[in-house]
Amino acid sequence: MSSDVNQEATVKWHSICAVQEIPQLGARTVRTGVMEVALFRLSDDRIMAVDNQCPHQQGPLAEGIVSGATVICPLHARKINLQSGAVLPPDSGRVNTYPVKVENGQVLLRL
Amino acid sequence: MTAQKKLVMIGNGMAGVRAIEEILDANPTMFDITIFGAEKHPNYNRILLSPVLAGEMSIADITLNDEHWYSDNGITLHLDKTVEQIQRGYKKVITEDGTQSEYDQLIIATGSSPFMIPIPGTDKEGVITFRNIDDCNVMVETAKQYKRAAVIGGGLLGLEAAKGLINLGMEVTVVHDQSTLMNMQLDEVAGEMLRISLQAQGMDLRLATLTTAVLGKERVTGLLFADGTTLDCDLLVMAAGIRPNKALAEASGLYCNRGIIVNDHMQTVTDPSVYAVGECTEHRGVTYGLVAPLFEQARILAYQITGQGLKSYEGSVVSTKLKVSGVDVFSAGDFKGSPESDVIEYLDRAGGTYKKLVLEDNRIAGTVMFGDTVDGPNFVHMMQGNKDISAQRSSLLFGGSVLGDTGHSGVDMASAMAADTIVCGCNGITKQTIVDAIVKEGCMTRKEVTLYTKAAGSCGGCSGLVDQILASVLGATIDVATQDEPICDCTDLTHEQVKLEIKNQQLTRVRRVMDELGWKGEGCHICRPAINYYIGMIWPLKAEDERSSRVVNEKLHANIQKDGTFSVIPRIHGGETTADDLIRIGEVARKYDVPTVKITGGQRISLFGVKKEDLVNVWRDLDMPSGFAYGKALRTVKTCVGSKWCRFGTQDSTSMGIDLEKEFERMWSPAKVKLAVSGCPRNCAEASIKDLGVVGVKGGWEIYVGGNGGVKVRAGDLLCMLETDDEVMQVTKAYLQYYRETARHNERTARWLERIGPETIKQDIVHDLDLRRALVERMDFYLTTLTTDPWRDCIADEARPVEMRRFKEYTPIDIPVTAANA
Ligand code: SRM
Ligand SMILES: Cc1cc2nc3c(=O)[nH]c(=O)nc-3n(C[C@H](O)[C@H](O)[C@H](O)COP(=O)(O)OP(=O)(O)OC[C@H]3O[C@@H](n4cnc5c(N)ncnc54)[C@H](O)[C@@H]3O)c2cc1C
Ligand code: SF4
Ligand code: FES
Repeated sequence: MSSDVNQEATVKWHSICAVQEIPQLGARTVRTGVMEVALFRLSDDRIMAVDNQCPHQQGPLAEGIVSGATVICPLHARKINLQSGAVLPPDSGRVNTYPVKVENGQVLLRL
Repeated sequence: MTAQKKLVMIGNGMAGVRAIEEILDANPTMFDITIFGAEKHPNYNRILLSPVLAGEMSIADITLNDEHWYSDNGITLHLDKTVEQIQRGYKKVITEDGTQSEYDQLIIATGSSPFMIPIPGTDKEGVITFRNIDDCNVMVETAKQYKRAAVIGGGLLGLEAAKGLINLGMEVTVVHDQSTLMNMQLDEVAGEMLRISLQAQGMDLRLATLTTAVLGKERVTGLLFADGTTLDCDLLVMAAGIRPNKALAEASGLYCNRGIIVNDHMQTVTDPSVYAVGECTEHRGVTYGLVAPLFEQARILAYQITGQGLKSYEGSVVSTKLKVSGVDVFSAGDFKGSPESDVIEYLDRAGGTYKKLVLEDNRIAGTVMFGDTVDGPNFVHMMQGNKDISAQRSSLLFGGSVLGDTGHSGVDMASAMAADTIVCGCNGITKQTIVDAIVKEGCMTRKEVTLYTKAAGSCGGCSGLVDQILASVLGATIDVATQDEPICDCTDLTHEQVKLEIKNQQLTRVRRVMDELGWKGEGCHICRPAINYYIGMIWPLKAEDERSSRVVNEKLHANIQKDGTFSVIPRIHGGETTADDLIRIGEVARKYDVPTVKITGGQRISLFGVKKEDLVNVWRDLDMPSGFAYGKALRTVKTCVGSKWCRFGTQDSTSMGIDLEKEFERMWSPAKVKLAVSGCPRNCAEASIKDLGVVGVKGGWEIYVGGNGGVKVRAGDLLCMLETDDEVMQVTKAYLQYYRETARHNERTARWLERIGPETIKQDIVHDLDLRRALVERMDFYLTTLTTDPWRDCIADEARPVEMRRFKEYTPIDIPVTAANA
């Protein structure tokens, strides 16, 4: 219980933007000053967040083509599952994923 | 969601994965499936290891189910994990490294292992078998260092290995204990003909020779034979047969004999929740070592396990074809017969043809053929149908070929074949199924037929027959070799088919195309941009350009760089610039701290290292049109100074270049298009290596097409000579529109021209004036739809209120620093 409270002190939900401000099958980048997160909007309007850095050579994932829950890195076409953060075979690797929720049409990101 | 039953499979090979495919076909959601495979690779076509060994195919070529297939079907795949224990009491399996998995139903598909003949020395380095990709790799590596190889076993596998090693440059001796090669599949006559043919191909053979020891200290150096003689070798491939992998099953108390004993429904006789399929099984006393019967088993297993009623496996008649190049052999059934058997034979030793039918009661009991094997499937068909052949006795051995042999016996053979004759033995596919795929599903190529029916997808032995059926159904004009492949893995359709559907069904949105044409998933970076282009080309007015289906460069109108920044290259028509433009470029570069300003190879200036959020501002300040240096579009029109200044100039190449660039700027095309105009044949603008090049000569212009200076240099073909500037414009329009309409997405003009043929292009746009006019008209119409510059569009967009902006991606969202990870 108390550890939960502690976590709340450092990790919290940030209000980012309205769902419509992220293009469908596209992404927006969110910068915190220490890191950059890519917020994707899938064809079914689900929003997903991962580090905006491909594990291969730091390609900006936000610029990739979105297909289902997968983004294809714009630099060398590695495929990354946005839900798990896993790079799909035959390649391997992983990016961090972040919890996202939508309340009243507003996208909230937990960092 | 109803609780799925857990299905675990041990062994990720050909029979097992086929069973899973059949199960998914029958009921895609019934099971939560987990597969354990001891090999590092997803399921591949083991049969085609020989071509891999010979360097003719890659591992990717022979992969049957790639990792995406597993994930797309929700299958948990454990590669490189050997199951060590089956705890039937707890219904779970445990691997070497302790991974556990519980099952409701279990399939054992562990295949078999090569048999090491029990002689001393087989543990030496350089003694290997031929079963999997790793074995292939060892052989390839060995061939680089060593010269001499021996193969023990003159059967199918041994001969394939030997041939592969010869192709790798080794000297190979095949040692066989019997006096007949492939004695399990051939009689003495055919075996002897095979021996002669293989020896002629450089294979050294030692028949009726018993090996008694492997010689050498650590590494094999030779073989010792029963007669006391020896043979030097640095590599020994053991291909003396296979043994079913039953140890794991046996240890868990499942009843085994030579293999794991299964009933007619592929269930183990000991435990109804455990099934077995493939080479590891023994059914009615028979173990199999070819895929055809195993695929049949897989189908029966799927019937049973998905509760589709009782179908039984009753054993299979197997037929064999040797895949070693240049030799056609075929056998099936009881081809040896007994001395009393009724036999029809045709033998032409010198001509290398032998056909034999063993009859029983006027019915075919077996066949063996050498040289001419086209009738093999027909004979098997008659054999399985138990057909009385008395009436055909005298003509039977001259089979399909007597039906009007005019040099196209194959095609005649394909059309003469009965509809229910099995064409693909491996997969049990009849001629009718293939014809249906062609007629009803519109399959136009062998690859499409294979995708629909699996025919020719395993050993490939029937590829020729499938081609012939294609030819006989589609008409002999079709050239099978030039047929095309699907756009990508998301579809089975070719570029041409998709274009046709977009036109016929009036599809104007990428998503609609994928929905209507049965796409797998939401497409990828290959097909979506292609579809988007085709829609724009076919429906210039109605098309809704879909930014999410454009790759990053075309979406953001700037070329992404290795560090995630972008390059900005404004249009500088014909490479001719002005002092004002140069000053402005310099000012912008300074204002935005642009790290590199460079003159490009295309006669213009590039600002490298611009940050995404600065792009729109840079464009606004530059106030120049986009150079489209990021797009499959018109790039540069390179020019030389020409007659304006040059003492050799015959034509005003700079003006011609500028006119062309102004006419076609903003034009999207299948791939990038670069033009050039030189003022004389000295060709300083390198017009001969451009998609279209114009070279001034006295009194006119020469037009070159299909040049390329990139990865594969190609000098352009001379298309024609023209007299007036206007004609140059018209022909260029016709040519570019022809390219836009008929090329495949991502196909530069050089490749396209080679595919279509320069003569065709010449005929259509130089000589056929009506066609030229029609093309020019369509190009003119298309050009009128291109009214706005993408950079200006973005600048205008930025002026709108945030919620109304169309191009939101340029602006990052900043939120306060969090201490989370700090
Ligand atoms: C900027 C430039 C190099 C330079 O500093 O001079 C350049 C830069 C790139 N070229 Fe190029 N090419 C440049 C002139 C050329 C030329 C020369 C020419 O156009 O006269 C060629 C050979 C001519 C030809 O295309 O036939 C050329 C043949 C290629 C190729 C090979 C194309 C082929 O068909 O084989 C590629 C790869 C591709 O397109 O897939 C390529 C790809 C690229 C890319 C887009 C690679 C990429 O995907 O990121 C480079 C972008 C760098 C960036 O950060 O913007 N570039 N490239 C030149 C831009 C010219 C311009 O003003 O637009
Ligand atoms: C070079 C070559 C050429 C051939 N040519 C032909 C041909 O022309 N025509 C033809 O019909 N057949 C041919 N065959 C035979 C054909 O490949 C086999 O009949 C077929 O692959 C058998 O399928 P299977 O699933 O039973 O076994 P496999 O394909 O061998 O699959 C069994 C898999 O189980 C794995 N496994 C075993 N034990 C475990 C365990 N405990 N845990 C996890 N995984 C395990 C193995 O590593 C293997 O990957 C050829 C075979 C070879 C090697
Ligand atoms: S040749 Fe072209 S693609 Fe290659 S590094 Fe240079 S600019 Fe990039
Ligand atoms: S950086 Fe993502 S694939 Fe190379």
